[in-house]
Amino acid sequence: MFSGFMVNAWTVASIVAVVAGLVGFFVVLRGSAFVAHAVPNGSFAGAAGASLIGISTLIGLGVFSLLGALGIGLLGRRGRHDAVTALALVVMLGLGSLFLSMSVEYAPEIYSLLFGEVLGISSNAVAPTAGLALICVAAIGLLYRPLMLASVLPEVGEARGVSSFRMELCFLAVVALASTMTVPVVGTLLIFSLMIGAPAAARSFTHRPLAAMALSVAIALVTVWSAIAASYTTDYPVGFFVASISAAAYALGRGWSFWRRRRQLIGRPTLGPATHTAALPS
Amino acid sequence: MSGSSLHGLSGAVFALLAPVIEPGFFSSEVVHVAIVVGAVVAIVSGTVGVFTVIRGQSFAGEALGDIGTTGGSGAFLVGVGPLLGFLVIGVVAAGAMEMIGIQRARGRDLATGMVLGAGLGLAALLLYLDSTVHNTTGATFTILFGSVFTVASSTIPLIVLLSVVVLAIVFALYRPLLLSSISAEMAAARGIHVRALGGAYLLALALAVALASMTIGTILSTALLVGPAASALRLTRRPSHAIALAGSIGVAAMWLGILLAYDSFSWPPVQTGWPVSFFVVTLILIVYLLSGLPRLLRTRTRAV
Repeated sequence: MFSGFMVNAWTVASIVAVVAGLVGFFVVLRGSAFVAHAVPNGSFAGAAGASLIGISTLIGLGVFSLLGALGIGLLGRRGRHDAVTALALVVMLGLGSLFLSMSVEYAPEIYSLLFGEVLGISSNAVAPTAGLALICVAAIGLLYRPLMLASVLPEVGEARGVSSFRMELCFLAVVALASTMTVPVVGTLLIFSLMIGAPAAARSFTHRPLAAMALSVAIALVTVWSAIAASYTTDYPVGFFVASISAAAYALGRGWSFWRRRRQLIGRPTLGPATHTAALPS
Repeated sequence: MSGSSLHGLSGAVFALLAPVIEPGFFSSEVVHVAIVVGAVVAIVSGTVGVFTVIRGQSFAGEALGDIGTTGGSGAFLVGVGPLLGFLVIGVVAAGAMEMIGIQRARGRDLATGMVLGAGLGLAALLLYLDSTVHNTTGATFTILFGSVFTVASSTIPLIVLLSVVVLAIVFALYRPLLLSSISAEMAAARGIHVRALGGAYLLALALAVALASMTIGTILSTALLVGPAASALRLTRRPSHAIALAGSIGVAAMWLGILLAYDSFSWPPVQTGWPVSFFVVTLILIVYLLSGLPRLLRTRTRAV
């Protein structure tokens, strides 16, 4: 399980989990689950287009995810954000189906693009993935404070000179970058489950942002590692395990916060008004 | 006007349209079915879509379509009709979203995403089992990108029946649904059970999306749900007008898309035809971009 080609799988999947955990924290914080679904899913058209004209898949994915993300950001300024996201997604998928109809791509390759082929990662995928991951992590580090402010208190951010619109575009670009590096190795499904499941679970356990980010990365890593191990032993697709474990982690987090609220409500009624309001069922 | 001159006139019209419409368009059985199914689905999607866009639930619509893949592949595995799989999984997923859904929009997106993630994970497993049990992987492509040109004419009665059910739900709940979509607080103050109403609406959405993604594919299902409705809501503020307009835009885009796709069978680079979804999606995007123009011009003139 730890020899030969599996080493690449472990390395790349761990890199992907770290990036997904970090970027996903902001995805959940900003409520951008739809964007995190649309950008990787739509960038699939880029891969199809790249194979059609015979250039590297990575370039196709990068171009399409960036164009999609920028399109969502620019159009979303005037229209309804979720409707625009849906439109951008279907336009990219429409182009994707056009490219597919023109090329002679085989169905298994489409399947692996959508659902990932983490066990078949070659060693020359490691370097570009690591490079793009470094850029992603650096961008999150640089944007951390303004992005945090623009996500939680956009009005205060605007007053302090942090443009919400510019932050939105930067954030979308980071999501696009994360999609570009992850789609060819793990498929559109895996990255989405990780980006949503792990951070959402982490946020049920702690409200401090740095702790939540660390926990989110940890949950993502554990999810990916156990999914690969399970997939290796059972031969079932890795995406299935990633999705189920992420969902289980989220359910656990929701259960934990529910239980804690209940205990606060019953156990300590005299702690003062702050706890009371927090304990009231919403 | 005499019959012969009328005949001559229509002949002239056809001659004029000959470069636009490939021969055989109006006599093809496949095209007839596509035109009927496309129109029915576009009207249902446009109607439900107006509420979807007002409520900001495009993601739920998209997710339900994607999750249909799970139902389709599951049905393929056990050997029942795909529509049954789409319907069952759509209703189950809508129920799950409603159950874990938090009322605020942000939490709702998260709940949708979690259900979508779990559903797609299951789809990955089912498609894998499909390919090992039935020894074919073509199912993936059919389920994801289903085409209006492959709908069997025998399914039309079922499609119409489902459409009537969806439209009945929407119009029976029309006024309370509209109120709760615009202001949940005001609806609750009037004694409307907002949560139950949201659940009923989600059920209608699930049925509409299952219907659309089964017949014309997941891509077009989302496109017809969100695109025409979002465009219509930018052009008119009255919901009833928006529903009529969304239905018309959807039908027009669908028909023109079918026509172009039919024409494209003789287009380069391969003589197999361009996909309908590409044309319809492009037309819908154009309509959406154009629908922003009136407001843009109004603000410009006011500024000057």
